[in-house]
Amino acid sequence: MSVTAGNGRTATDNAWRGFSGSAWRPAIDVRDFIQANYTPYEGDERFLAGATERTRRVWEEIAAMFPEERRRGVYDVDAATPSSITSHAPGYIDRDHELIVGLQTDAPLKRAIMPNGGLRMVESGLAAYGYKLDPAIKEIFTKYRKTHNAGVFDAYTPAIRRARRSHIITGLPDAYGRGRIIGDYRRVALYGVDRLVAAKTAELRSLDDRPSLEEVIRDREELAEQIRALGELKEMAASYGHDISGPARTAREAVQWLYFAYLAAVKEQNGAAMSLGRVSTFLDVYLQRDLDEGTITETGAQELVDDLVIKLRIVRFLRTPEYDQLFSGDPTWVTESLGGIGDDGRPLVTRTSYRFLQTLRNLGPAPEPNLTVLWSPALPETFKRFCARISVETSSIQYESDELLRPRFGDDTAIACCVSAMEVGRKMQFFGARVNLAKTLLYAVNGGRDEMTGEQVGPANPPVTGEYLDYDEVRAALDAMMDWLAETYVDALNVIHYMHDKYAYERVEMALHDHPVRRTLACGIAGLSVAADSLSAIKHARVRTIRDETGLVVDYEIEGDYPAFGNNDDRADALAVELVGAFMDKIRRRPSYRGAEHTQSVLTITSNVVYGKHTGNTPDGRRAGEPFAPGANPMNGRDRHGMVAAALSVAKLPYEQAQDGISLTNTVTPGGLGHTADERAANLAGVLDGYFDAGGFHMNVNVLDRATLLDAMEHPERYPQLTVRVSGYAVNFVRLTPEQQRDVVDRTFHGAL
Amino acid sequence: MSSTAPSTAPCDRGSVHSFDISTGVDGPGTRFVLFTAGCPLRCLYCHNPDTWRMRDGHRESVEAVMAEIGKYRRFIQVAGGGVTISGGEPLLQPAFTGELLRRCHESGLHTALDTSGYLGERATDAMLADTDLVLLDVKSWDPPVYRRLTGAPLAPTLRFARRLADLGRPTWIRYVLVPGLTDVEEHIDGLAAFVATLPNVEHVDVLPFHRMAAHKYAELGLRFPLAEVEPPSAGLLERVHDLFRAHGVRSR
Repeated sequence: MSVTAGNGRTATDNAWRGFSGSAWRPAIDVRDFIQANYTPYEGDERFLAGATERTRRVWEEIAAMFPEERRRGVYDVDAATPSSITSHAPGYIDRDHELIVGLQTDAPLKRAIMPNGGLRMVESGLAAYGYKLDPAIKEIFTKYRKTHNAGVFDAYTPAIRRARRSHIITGLPDAYGRGRIIGDYRRVALYGVDRLVAAKTAELRSLDDRPSLEEVIRDREELAEQIRALGELKEMAASYGHDISGPARTAREAVQWLYFAYLAAVKEQNGAAMSLGRVSTFLDVYLQRDLDEGTITETGAQELVDDLVIKLRIVRFLRTPEYDQLFSGDPTWVTESLGGIGDDGRPLVTRTSYRFLQTLRNLGPAPEPNLTVLWSPALPETFKRFCARISVETSSIQYESDELLRPRFGDDTAIACCVSAMEVGRKMQFFGARVNLAKTLLYAVNGGRDEMTGEQVGPANPPVTGEYLDYDEVRAALDAMMDWLAETYVDALNVIHYMHDKYAYERVEMALHDHPVRRTLACGIAGLSVAADSLSAIKHARVRTIRDETGLVVDYEIEGDYPAFGNNDDRADALAVELVGAFMDKIRRRPSYRGAEHTQSVLTITSNVVYGKHTGNTPDGRRAGEPFAPGANPMNGRDRHGMVAAALSVAKLPYEQAQDGISLTNTVTPGGLGHTADERAANLAGVLDGYFDAGGFHMNVNVLDRATLLDAMEHPERYPQLTVRVSGYAVNFVRLTPEQQRDVVDRTFHGAL
Repeated sequence: MSSTAPSTAPCDRGSVHSFDISTGVDGPGTRFVLFTAGCPLRCLYCHNPDTWRMRDGHRESVEAVMAEIGKYRRFIQVAGGGVTISGGEPLLQPAFTGELLRRCHESGLHTALDTSGYLGERATDAMLADTDLVLLDVKSWDPPVYRRLTGAPLAPTLRFARRLADLGRPTWIRYVLVPGLTDVEEHIDGLAAFVATLPNVEHVDVLPFHRMAAHKYAELGLRFPLAEVEPPSAGLLERVHDLFRAHGVRSR
């Protein structure tokens, strides 16, 4: 329990006792604070503490509720209270034993409704689990208050609707929170809310002399909303007995203040990804100060991190079954970025980087928070080995290239969601899901007609007429189809983000950003390896078309062999590289809402299964309905020379043309990394060094046996914590749909035979 | 791999089955593993029956193989690892194998030779000097069992093992543990005692028998002789490790 600081200045001096540096004091500059105060750690993991009795007790209390949640889909929902920062009374897991407090609603695992994103999503989410929306809420959000979803569909064109319905553009955040925005939650701990309000007020006043035109008016309104949200944040914290108007004075307060800020975000928004940022090395400064002052021990420091992570593991949103098909396993993408190197060459690895990874041992493996190591061959060897060891034990870590991130975005960059880089507190993105590139190729062949329905969806370009496909002809038709796709896609995204800003603005997250913020328009592509292999088959083998009675090409017959993407063979890899660049160029040519910078990702999350289901036979030999490979992965079974050859193919995809990230998921059997735990850790660290040295951007690492997964499908009750990394995030394997479980099992296992 | 590079000498070409980049399996670190085609043995548990016959491989030039290795050189050097010539039996094509080992070794890549040792006499001292590590498969210590398992005598392998020790070439012994065939305590004890006299041996890898190659036999229309044999239990594996360790031999 904290006491209100009487004299602001004295309280701040006390809170900042022992801290160095100056630039961060008058301005809001967390990065400068970290650089001036953190203690790099190059030792090994032996200092770490295990879970205390208290930690185990709190974790077991909440974990005991998971089987029921898994059985019913949700544990509980409050169907009568639209969620806001202050909507719910305080909630606890075990009030007497929690060190860090705060829940999204008044009880653990009880989900909230967030109608601002869209009422339909709320209604069908409730219906799926046997709940009914309070009629008063329904009336408010149909009669008196418009939602983001309603706004979007007012402005969608028929062309966008057709593209959306035929699954060539899918997963769009037009019915729910867009997410992928990271508030700089550290600011609340370092400065306290009052300082942040003062800074925001100054930003608002700086617009006073500007003519009141659309852009300026919108900025003013947004800043005013941000200030209001900060007030609500204080109010919510006060309901838990904490006054967060001033800066945190201890490590426990720093963790608590930071968590309150994050909690406010997930009370207000059900964004697809609600990432945490890069907090561990920031918190290390506070933990180290308390350790130096003798007010906590290592065990106490670990307890605070464990307790925070317990909270991050139980962030919940109400989703619909359709949403689960796209993004399976109830993910929230509470991504925390660990490690990396500073601009000055010092590793940003601290003891608290280790403490976050240690939670996977103290609490067991888990998909959330989405622990992401920013890897560089220059990281301390001890840290590399520790990460690799935890990867082998838990399959819960993903890796991204610090060497690609730091030169572009600086050393205070965090990953939102799976692979999206963001300078914390300075940059946000307009999340744009993805288009289906494999289907686009089929549209090119069929002159814009859908290969499954025959409907004219794309422009009626001349179809390819020959019996055998000619590479130049198909590639030219694809180019024209991609022009249409890019135009329709960016149009859709502009509508979505206009409406999201208008009806479901992320008030508290944006309050923790500088004004003006930099924005990216994050487009994406799915089915890259299918499209590249199809082009390779057309170019290097002979592909005969098979038409139905209306002339629609519905199948393909391949005569001869073709080189496939994923074998480090330039004949195929160059086609994938070219496709990525070609589509990015087309995206860039379309004007973007609020002048956002265009980017794209090669990422599918688990939607590769759904995209495959809605895509007909393809010229690479893939059958209609078969899943695509996830992210930038080669197609299952076509990478014939092992994990490294596949990874080197993916590493050729140019990050410059896919700055929202390129995702690779690897699954290897334990024996495929070596004989002993030490050897496996060393070898995995070596593979990561080699991959990132080669220009790779992201790698998920699963170390699993196929037999384990098959057994988990049969006996889910025996594997409550079995975690599998899929395309940029991790899931509890037993919470995937059976279809996605099969996809994971069928996926190439790189094992030693 | 393309087969278009011109041939200058007979040893410039060999019969190759395939290549793989693997980690922690065929030598230290991440390795380019070339599987040559053709083997004089017919081990009952062979997991690569598709590499038995030279004529089933494809002819490749040393140049073409080196060009393929070149695509992984940087990765291997950063990740740690090297090149392993495996098979089949690489010593069935000693000139080709020797040339590859020489080229790799000279270019600074760590080299390993994976062999049964049955054709060890075909490995020249010069070839072994280019070999940083020998992975020597000793299928059994008991000559009758060895013959039953492989169709060939044991003695050449032991002579080769001794020669490697005399030359001081670093060696890992590989021992496939097959219940009912190679789990006889006194045979393992005999092998362990022998290995203990070879100072060049860094350790023994005890590889548990598995049936994952059964589908390859089916595809080739062959009967998998050990289709009914279960992989060894963890307990048996541990007992075998202990038998080696009792002689001061590192076993993993």
